[in-house]
Amino acid sequence: MTEHIHVAPAPVGGRLLTPVTFTCGVLILAALAILAVRFVLGLGAVTHLNDGYPWGIWVVADVVIGSAFACGGFSIAMLVYIFNKGEYHPLVRPALLASLFGYTLAGVGVIFDLGRWWNFWHILSPAYASPNSVMFEVALCISLYIVVMWIEFSPTFMEKWGMRDARRKLNKVMFFFIALGTVLPMMHQSSLGSLLIVFGTQIHPLWQTMLLPLIFLLSAITIGYAVVLFESCLAAAGYRRSIEMHLLTPLAKIMLGVLAVFMIVRFGDLLWRGALGHAFAANLQAFMFWLETACFLSPFVLLRSEVQRRNPARLFIGGALLMLGGVLLRINAFLVGYDTGTGWSYFPSVPELLVTFGMFAIEVLGYIVITRRFPVLPREDAPPTATPAALRAATR
Amino acid sequence: MNGRREFLRRALAGGAAVAGTTACPSAHARGNAEIPPEAIGLLFDSTLCIGCKACVAACKAANDLPLDYNSPVDALWDMPLDTTARTYNVIKAWQSGTGTQRNQQIDGYAFMKSSCLHCIDPSCVSACPVSAMTKDPATGIVQYDADACIGCRYCVAACPFGIPKYDYDSPTGKIGKCELCRHLLPEGKYAACAEVCPTGATLFGKVSALKAEAHRRLALQEGAPTIWPRGNLDTADQPAWEGPAPRYVQHVYGEKEVGGTQMLKLAAVPFEQLGHKPLPERSFSSQSETLQHTLYGGLVLPLAVLGVMSWVARRNVKHDDETDARGAQDAHAGEKRHD
Repeated sequence: MTEHIHVAPAPVGGRLLTPVTFTCGVLILAALAILAVRFVLGLGAVTHLNDGYPWGIWVVADVVIGSAFACGGFSIAMLVYIFNKGEYHPLVRPALLASLFGYTLAGVGVIFDLGRWWNFWHILSPAYASPNSVMFEVALCISLYIVVMWIEFSPTFMEKWGMRDARRKLNKVMFFFIALGTVLPMMHQSSLGSLLIVFGTQIHPLWQTMLLPLIFLLSAITIGYAVVLFESCLAAAGYRRSIEMHLLTPLAKIMLGVLAVFMIVRFGDLLWRGALGHAFAANLQAFMFWLETACFLSPFVLLRSEVQRRNPARLFIGGALLMLGGVLLRINAFLVGYDTGTGWSYFPSVPELLVTFGMFAIEVLGYIVITRRFPVLPREDAPPTATPAALRAATR
Repeated sequence: MNGRREFLRRALAGGAAVAGTTACPSAHARGNAEIPPEAIGLLFDSTLCIGCKACVAACKAANDLPLDYNSPVDALWDMPLDTTARTYNVIKAWQSGTGTQRNQQIDGYAFMKSSCLHCIDPSCVSACPVSAMTKDPATGIVQYDADACIGCRYCVAACPFGIPKYDYDSPTGKIGKCELCRHLLPEGKYAACAEVCPTGATLFGKVSALKAEAHRRLALQEGAPTIWPRGNLDTADQPAWEGPAPRYVQHVYGEKEVGGTQMLKLAAVPFEQLGHKPLPERSFSSQSETLQHTLYGGLVLPLAVLGVMSWVARRNVKHDDETDARGAQDAHAGEKRHD
């Protein structure tokens, strides 16, 4: 039995035009300009995509990594509503908001990458259905999940606009959307890994395995917790609010638990397949594998004891490194470990990178605008006059 | 610590559900797909190819493909180094040492055709999310429908032979690949590359007949005179010629690779040197689809998990309404709840 206080969410308030939002705006404009060129002249005009590497960072970063970063909502919802850890409830809304943005943008980002984007709707039309295709399943699940998340998040708008009746009606069936909101991400986050199985021997043995769905799912869940740590520290620092350490410290422990399961599955699979030997070769793949592994292992060192988990700077860095591990796992599996034959190479072009930065800038800008104007973050009555030193450490 | 025990119990239950969904891929195992009995294809015999590239030009004409310069500076020759979205067929030259001995490994040279192999169990078809890439149930031709295609390029990435190509230089780019001149079949014609081939190095016909012909050649004594058919093996529309048999590598490439292909290849030089990687016999699409259908067959598993999640969420979500409703009026609404 635990007793805890729920603080109602409230808008943070404050100015919308700040150096951060201005920078985001500039990045977004740059991305839009590049996208205009892309839609007039074709993908080749702005990207370094080629037939050896037909998928670049617009797929791997904007969609595969972007959606994994957007797993905070899913991971926290699992904790609160499935494992009944009600004390984490104040984290639900901010996490859900970030997820909403992450997924909506991933969905939009796909269109930028599609060579025949005007046919996009085919993927949702039964006339073109292709149930054997992993991507078909991913696309359906992500589309549905975006709708489900907007429904889950809609009480925030209903509160703001005083739609009490609608709010009450929705609450009666909300449990079903919450359940859908856990099953759909399980399905597509695992399938984002399964996408690679049909690539067969083109994927390096360090990453090609029938357990890819489980590996991608577990890493997405643990990234979800890491993102919440990262975001909470950043939001606290940016808005000069107190950090919810009473929630983040135990959350970090849960994150480490899921991460441990992930590491056991990851290395158990490598040993079982006898693929670990490839990790000791003198090549880029082996180097990137160890870089990825180091990132995944670092939270165990940084956050090994309760004392360290009470240090916001460590939570922030531990979360960020875990996110980086997730980034590397995905980049390694989709690009570094992908070999389609000699003579092909790929490194993103500057315009390609700028579009990806622009996508992440939209997320940051949207998060700031909505948290400042809508009730998302827990209300903070006493204005934090003295910013704790820990906060400053977190932003360094 | 009741809470912790409960948490662990749920974690284990959840974990088991997830593990169950991913770790038993044998439940709906499907093997490699079967070849349609009337499937058609090509037999390419590297030992007969003289590198004239008549097939490259004929392919361009038959498919109405634009010029494809490999150098934007010196845009004079339509001679791409590899297949592209605008070139479905190329002949590549291989050489070693002095490169003077035809079809020899040492100081030798040889030619190899690069075009779609029309897999019996194609990865591109399995990958395509909108059924733009399909396999004809009668001919077995792997065909493309640009009107259905969304341009995701999953087929380009998935193909183990690197065959489907996308046109990145166009805002409305399509995928381009050999479709075995399926548009010519109703006119009673057949693949332009085989029709134009002067030596019969590229031979068109039913896959069953081509396979028998390939094995007949492998059984020949080196130097023994034999008959080399040309054009269409089934109709013998072009006169055959007589000549000595070369020394073959005892391997019909495409007979077993990734579940077999409808293009078969013979050579006097090991295939790996001719840019043909060794591939497993189990098709990658059967592995991928086995996994997918184990997890999502009949949507049984997702619906079961959804049922469990709904039940659990319904129990746990109740406190939520009270808290939020009260919280809207009183920021410090306290609440007691069971863990």
